[in-house]
Amino acid sequence: MDNSVSEIREVIFGTLRATLRNPVELTDQTNIANDLGLDSVAVMDFVMEIEDQLNVSVPLDRIAEVQTLGDLVETLHNVLSNA
Amino acid sequence: MSLFDKFGALAAQVAEAERAATNPFSVVLDHVLSPTEAIIRGRRALLLGTNNYLGLTYDPDVIAKSAKAVREFGTGTTGSRIANGSYDGHQRLERELAAFYGRRHAMVFSTGYQANLGIISTLAGKNDHLLLDADCHASIYDGARLGQAQVTRFRHNSPEDLSQRLRRLADVPGDKIIIVEGIYSMLGDSAPLKEFAAVSREAGAYLIVDEAHSLGVLGQTGRGLAEAAGVEADVDFILGTFSKSLGGVGGYCVSDLAGFDILRVACRPYMFTASPPPGNVAGTLEALHQLRARPILRQQLNDRGRQLYAGLAALGFDLGPEPSPVVSVILPEPQAAIEFWKRLLDAGLYTNVSLPPATPKSLSLLRSSVSAAHSPAQIDHALALFAEVGQEMGLVSAGPKAVRRAAAGRTA
Repeated sequence: MDNSVSEIREVIFGTLRATLRNPVELTDQTNIANDLGLDSVAVMDFVMEIEDQLNVSVPLDRIAEVQTLGDLVETLHNVLSNA
Repeated sequence: MSLFDKFGALAAQVAEAERAATNPFSVVLDHVLSPTEAIIRGRRALLLGTNNYLGLTYDPDVIAKSAKAVREFGTGTTGSRIANGSYDGHQRLERELAAFYGRRHAMVFSTGYQANLGIISTLAGKNDHLLLDADCHASIYDGARLGQAQVTRFRHNSPEDLSQRLRRLADVPGDKIIIVEGIYSMLGDSAPLKEFAAVSREAGAYLIVDEAHSLGVLGQTGRGLAEAAGVEADVDFILGTFSKSLGGVGGYCVSDLAGFDILRVACRPYMFTASPPPGNVAGTLEALHQLRARPILRQQLNDRGRQLYAGLAALGFDLGPEPSPVVSVILPEPQAAIEFWKRLLDAGLYTNVSLPPATPKSLSLLRSSVSAAHSPAQIDHALALFAEVGQEMGLVSAGPKAVRRAAAGRTA
């Protein structure tokens, strides 16, 4: 996988759709805490799922900066580009 | 707009707890009668949530040593060891801890939280990498945040996941430091330490084990999981606390690594805080002596843990993965945990509520911890109350009669 932004977005959105109990419309603007109702630990658990699929580790300070799904896509893209 | 608006979600949670008439996070023990009993809201309650594992808080010798130190050295040290000097007790406690673990160095902190905050933030420098178990205690995550190292979280109790994450870091410069716990405080489960030690060794990483809940609980001589798993040589640093098995307040780090003492002038949570007070240090020293001299306490503790775990499992409660002195009932939602807690307290049994995000996998827990000071009859009484309330709430089908039958079978 060459990990383009759109592919990363598809992995994140796909994983969320499979795990979220209530269907929510997902966009880059979706706020992870407010719109998806994930607390700080749940966000880290979710990122682990993504990390496994993309074979990457995202440092925790980078995860802490993430607020929206768009932020998460961008962070993963940056980490993968610098790996 | 208020400065406190950002706590809106948390405030809503507190309000929810307040609606249950008793807020589990602001309970007051009006009077403590013994390691296992207290007066709460004017009523006698059996204590099943104190982390007082060896029951030493009321040991006559621990109290005598502590009181003597207060008379001889005063109530407080009124300053830090770096700025205002160490007391004889600080150094004696460090020598005793080092001797207990058979290691060269020991360093004492004012709380267990500060031991973790201090050691983790200081050891891991800007270019180093911390790898933390997903379920590590908040103090470990806070220590990681206070430092400047890159922090990676690996799946709870998964040496395979740790190994994979270490492989991703293989070509990245900097030391790798792995942190796991002896017994995890929420569900009472232990780390597969032998496997973690092998992964650490293979990767040339450093391994830290936090034995806060396993000191005095696990191992032939009570040194914790590293001793029980036979991998003490692979563990570079052991962190721990005085506030559970030793019945005091404070934390420590022991290590064999040369150069360890430089931490005393580099570790800010050690340097910029008042040192542990004399009465606390003397009581802790005596409790450590008792931990070593009375292995029967460890046996009683683990017997009571198994009794509670087996009893709750037989009633049909959903529990953590293995018996230990920490036994948690997994409940479907926070409201159920708070309601269960409240009903048990009304019936005279004090336990703890643990809610997300402090719990793994967003679990709502009713957490109990046993003590060597509990009698088998006290645990049976607790089980009968669990059965009664559990049945009332429709959580289990077996009632108090089943507990009585099980207890009768045990004593027959």
